[in-house]
Amino acid sequence: MNQNKKEPLFRITKRTDIPPHKSWIIRGVAIVIALLVCAIITTLLTKANPIEVYSSIITGAFGTTRKTWITLQNLSILLLISLALTPAFRMRFWNIGGEGQILMGGLATAACMKFLPGVVPNGLLILIMLLAGIIAGGIWGLIPGVLKAKWNTNETLSTLMMNYIATQIVAAFILYWSGKQSSGKIGVINPDDNLGWLPKIGGIAQLLPVIIAIIITIVSYIYYNYTKQGYEIAVVGESDRTAKYVGMNVKKVIIRTMFISGALCGLVGFLLVGGVNHTVTTTIAGGQGFTAVMVSWLAKFNPFAMIFSSFLIIFMGQGAGEIATAMGLDSSISDILTGIILFFVIACEFFISYKVTFKNNKKEEA
Amino acid sequence: MIDLVSFIPSAIQQGIPLLYGSTGEILTEKSGNLNLGIPGVMYVGAISGVIGSFLYENSVPRGEALNPLLAVLIPILCSLIGSLIMGLIFCLLTVTLRANQNVTGLAMTTFGIGFGNFFGSSLNKLVGNDIAAIEMSRTSSYFSAKLPFGDSLGWFGKIFLSYGFLAYAGVIIAIAIAIVIKKTRVGLHLRAVGESPQTADAAGISVTKFKYVSTCLGCMIAGLGGLYYVMDYMNGVWSNDAFGDRGWLAIALVIFTIWKTDIGILASFLFGGLYILHTQLPSGIEHKELVELYKMIPYVVTLVVLIITSMRNKKENQPPESLGLPYFREER
Repeated sequence: MNQNKKEPLFRITKRTDIPPHKSWIIRGVAIVIALLVCAIITTLLTKANPIEVYSSIITGAFGTTRKTWITLQNLSILLLISLALTPAFRMRFWNIGGEGQILMGGLATAACMKFLPGVVPNGLLILIMLLAGIIAGGIWGLIPGVLKAKWNTNETLSTLMMNYIATQIVAAFILYWSGKQSSGKIGVINPDDNLGWLPKIGGIAQLLPVIIAIIITIVSYIYYNYTKQGYEIAVVGESDRTAKYVGMNVKKVIIRTMFISGALCGLVGFLLVGGVNHTVTTTIAGGQGFTAVMVSWLAKFNPFAMIFSSFLIIFMGQGAGEIATAMGLDSSISDILTGIILFFVIACEFFISYKVTFKNNKKEEA
Repeated sequence: MIDLVSFIPSAIQQGIPLLYGSTGEILTEKSGNLNLGIPGVMYVGAISGVIGSFLYENSVPRGEALNPLLAVLIPILCSLIGSLIMGLIFCLLTVTLRANQNVTGLAMTTFGIGFGNFFGSSLNKLVGNDIAAIEMSRTSSYFSAKLPFGDSLGWFGKIFLSYGFLAYAGVIIAIAIAIVIKKTRVGLHLRAVGESPQTADAAGISVTKFKYVSTCLGCMIAGLGGLYYVMDYMNGVWSNDAFGDRGWLAIALVIFTIWKTDIGILASFLFGGLYILHTQLPSGIEHKELVELYKMIPYVVTLVVLIITSMRNKKENQPPESLGLPYFREER
């Protein structure tokens, strides 16, 4: 009876190889469609002309020199977080704990800024802040790494929990430091003497994160493609059995990579506290630890491609925020638009990895 | 000392949204789908219900009484439809299009929270009203209506009978799901799909169908948690980000209950209690930072449970074997 079962309408086959330019064309098409859908939705909600909407997105992000620098700074921060999470993702370790690792890095940095001025000169202070941030973030990444290596604890869930533990620790320290006034804020640290504030290169405060982001992008690329450790990460990601078989110490690779991942997040915490905000709050990471997961994935864990994916997210967010303020609507519309773009890009990955053949196209004779 | 008669009811009220969220997520995870979009789904469930009741309240003139049945059914239906759409998006992307579940889930959370906050704060503006705040007090009164004889039974009435109907529905749903998963053939098939989709597929179980149905149902249940929060607990008042991190706490609960919805009932009340335990600290204490450390307890406890279950490595206490992994028949 099953012999004359109908042939399915379409069949799906895995593509063995797709030229890179073709896959980028597919992604580009998906983004264009997503932007069109976003335009339609914004038009429906705000009743504004879609061309106007997009031009105000552009002025929102690049309208003035100051706005351009802020956009570049936000772009660099998101890019840095994405780069930080990537080593873990490359070995298929789902580190969604960027948020917590950034917070711990930021907290350690803030502690140094608060208590060390006067004890050490400013140059040394900044160096200590950097180290403290990196180590604190690294430890926060190391813990889930060790748990995974030792007992195979699910890393998605453990890093997620670590985020909220970090949030509460930071909240507790902020209250402790703010003391009796207990406003729940500690305000700008060292507002008068600017001790521990990161230097403004060429008079532009936003330049430092940009430079660091460029350096880390290049270093990551080299690390993944030309070093032994980068190769080990790739092998563990592909199959930890293979890695074990060829004699790699899988546990060591996991723990080391998670320390690097957390340490880079800690570096972002250091930049946010020392350079951008000059204070620490529970929201310094602002959900970017999660956004970066998507940025890194969209770029297929390629450091250079991440520049584009983080640009897309920042650009839309900044621009949509501008429209919303102009129309007197809530700025969370940017999250809706970001979500829609992500849905489209996530969906288009399917057409890159698989080929869909329709029944009519085949015309089988037999 | 803590006044238990007033503390337990408020712990339970805190726990109900978590119960809905974790019940939905457990059902989803049993099929092998790790839906990190639950926080977003709960926002969408809440705001969809609010939109429903907003439209209904606006259609009935101020002086007239609402039809109690419609006042309850319209928000529930809207909430279910909203969360169902979210579930379908997740399934379409992860099951049909085989996308990464973590990324899809996080994108859904971004989208859902944005969706909730945007409509929550702009709904009045979009229809041209002057008032900014969303206050669905008329429909909400039907959601938060208590049992009539609750007040006359002293402490018993306060602890067991002082909730709106969605609270009881949540408990019943959790028990029903536990029975279905543990005792029925459908539940067995569902577990098989989550543990080893290859085996289930070979045995003739439709993996795709099970994943779709359980994930969509899971989202709908979780969405009701959002609805309970805004219509009952908040008395129909929407304020942005008020729901906070409860969606993530619901995911934490899934681990804490080691994937069992019946344990989830008491566990969610416990988490609800831990969530508000800091309110029981004497108000004039020296160290306010303790309050924040108290709020940390649910997450630390969850992490410890997660570590212990992975250390003991007992088969029945583990996450579903294929959790978070896509299934593609042709890929071996």
